[in-house]
Amino acid sequence: MSKIKNAFGPGKAFVAFLTCGDPDLDTTEKLVLSLAAHADVIELGIPFSDPTAEGPTIQGANLRALSGGVTTDQIFELVRRIRKQTAVPLAFMTYANVVFSYGTERFIKTAAQAGMDGLILPDVPFEEKEEFAPVCRAYGLDFISLIAPTSRQRIARIAKEAEGFVYCVSSLGVTGVRSQITSDIGAMVRQVREVTDVPAAVGFGISTPAQAADMAAKADGVILGSAIVKLVERYGRDAVPHVAEFAQKIKDAVRSVS
Amino acid sequence: MKKGYYGDFGGQFVPELLMPPLLELEEAMRTIVPSPGFQNELNALLADYVGRPSPLYRCPNLSKELGFDLWLKREDLNHTGAHKINNTMGQGLLTKYMGKSVLLAETGAGQHGVATATAAALMGLDCEIFMGQEDMRRQALNVYKMRLLGARVHSVTSGTATLKDAVSETMREWTGRIADTHYVLGSVMGPHPFPTIVRDFQAVISQEIREQMLGQEGRLPDAVLACVGGGSNAIGAFYHFIGDASVRLIGCEAAGRGVDTPETAATIATGKPGIFHGMKSYFCQDQYGQIAPVYSISAGLDYPGIGPEHAQLHDTGRAQYVAITDDEAVEAFEYLSRTEGIIPAIESAHALAYARKLAPEMPRDKIIVVVVSGRGDKDCAAIARYRGEELSE
Repeated sequence: MSKIKNAFGPGKAFVAFLTCGDPDLDTTEKLVLSLAAHADVIELGIPFSDPTAEGPTIQGANLRALSGGVTTDQIFELVRRIRKQTAVPLAFMTYANVVFSYGTERFIKTAAQAGMDGLILPDVPFEEKEEFAPVCRAYGLDFISLIAPTSRQRIARIAKEAEGFVYCVSSLGVTGVRSQITSDIGAMVRQVREVTDVPAAVGFGISTPAQAADMAAKADGVILGSAIVKLVERYGRDAVPHVAEFAQKIKDAVRSVS
Repeated sequence: MKKGYYGDFGGQFVPELLMPPLLELEEAMRTIVPSPGFQNELNALLADYVGRPSPLYRCPNLSKELGFDLWLKREDLNHTGAHKINNTMGQGLLTKYMGKSVLLAETGAGQHGVATATAAALMGLDCEIFMGQEDMRRQALNVYKMRLLGARVHSVTSGTATLKDAVSETMREWTGRIADTHYVLGSVMGPHPFPTIVRDFQAVISQEIREQMLGQEGRLPDAVLACVGGGSNAIGAFYHFIGDASVRLIGCEAAGRGVDTPETAATIATGKPGIFHGMKSYFCQDQYGQIAPVYSISAGLDYPGIGPEHAQLHDTGRAQYVAITDDEAVEAFEYLSRTEGIIPAIESAHALAYARKLAPEMPRDKIIVVVVSGRGDKDCAAIARYRGEELSE
């Protein structure tokens, strides 16, 4: 049974994203443990040199982490430490080459043994998932599928094979804070629900409690990344209380529509 | 074989947002490109606007000095001064047929940016070019030309501020505005169907070499040499010879300061298989898959990957890939200028440099074709600087 899917529970879920090693792995560890009190699922970003789906905020986080010398092996160590302290569902979010270059099976096996529950690769669409999804299945990791406002008739095909949750990309473009989300999220989520009971969470551009409540009303959960990373960028090693306070507000907003 | 793959290489490793426009492009490639209307219009443009066929020229002086028959395929004589226009005429026209109104493109040396801006000006399309800040400095004249042609040039400051980062930024831009916009990828790289589309539009190079060589010499060449960054002029020059086992195909990569230094862009020599910029291919990267900051004196070859069809030609052994250093390329640049009166692009000089290396082992009766993919005006200031001389207008 998928720990990630279960985390969506009867109420609406809050999925939080962090880039590992921004500003350093000790801070990431503290942030994850603090977020575990508010978020239902945590996405751990493994930094990549050229994150083509990210806007400037998360690009900056990737760059800061890599300049600090963070590696995939150190991040596996981080997960082992975190797993001794919390059972919150964890998914890696990174780019195909980070997994492929490590050796796809070696990466997924190590991640599963360290205690990860899922894998999100934004540059792997439905057509290419055979490279990764069967290996994930063999080691009990959910391979998370993404759908976008342009997916239309592709949604049913993608959602039918979804695991964990369906990541609904709210808008055109890259990750980052947006003042307004204009896509018809409700219609996307309805198409998902027609073919699967896997929950649908909306990400890209959500940064305020009001937006989170609005999106949570239309879907099963919301994903916040850039808004959290901005706090880490601003407060660095002192970011933990600021992120915790923000996460509490988001969780309250999401819960208000549950 | 899986759709969009060359052996193990290729594919469509892009965000879901980009899948619909890629599928739309595949459809256009199947239905629009082969149609007589499109082909007639493209062929007319290539003849009357680009100036094709480009000459295949036997170098009397170099042949004498090197001891074999050296021929140059003169893509430098195309309108805008490089092979890039073959592709932008094709993709520009395709954009019009698809009913879109904006061309986006990345550029390294600026040749593809100029060729895209030219297509946009001719065809009445808007044009946005993304170029690394470092490359804008190295190729200021091309930046001015693009603006003159009506394009907006965006400076890319992320990463190494060169071609790789320009491609990433153009992909990001495209995900935000796919409805009215076509991404004119400049090389045989990126997600399917780009490696095939660009190859098909550049294959006119080998089609002409073949016809011209058969017409003038009554036989095929013994080897075809071309420089390789992403590899579009090379694949164009190889394509119609792939089935002819007697024709050696040699791609010349940029070794920069040497393949045993970190300052290199020689992907086949120093890279390993990976997944990046939409494709599975060879990439310069570290042990954790972080893409390496590559270097070459040539902005057009300064890219950490290679097109998937080249990766397959390398793996099957059908084509050979060699690495040429900055020093060797600069010497070849000066040598061709002095000996034959042709100033080549520094990119193309990499291919000529390898032809010189072949001289000792090559019998007199052999015919070698080197593609001069572009002209060297754009490089004069940088080469002068390399030799310790500052030019001013």
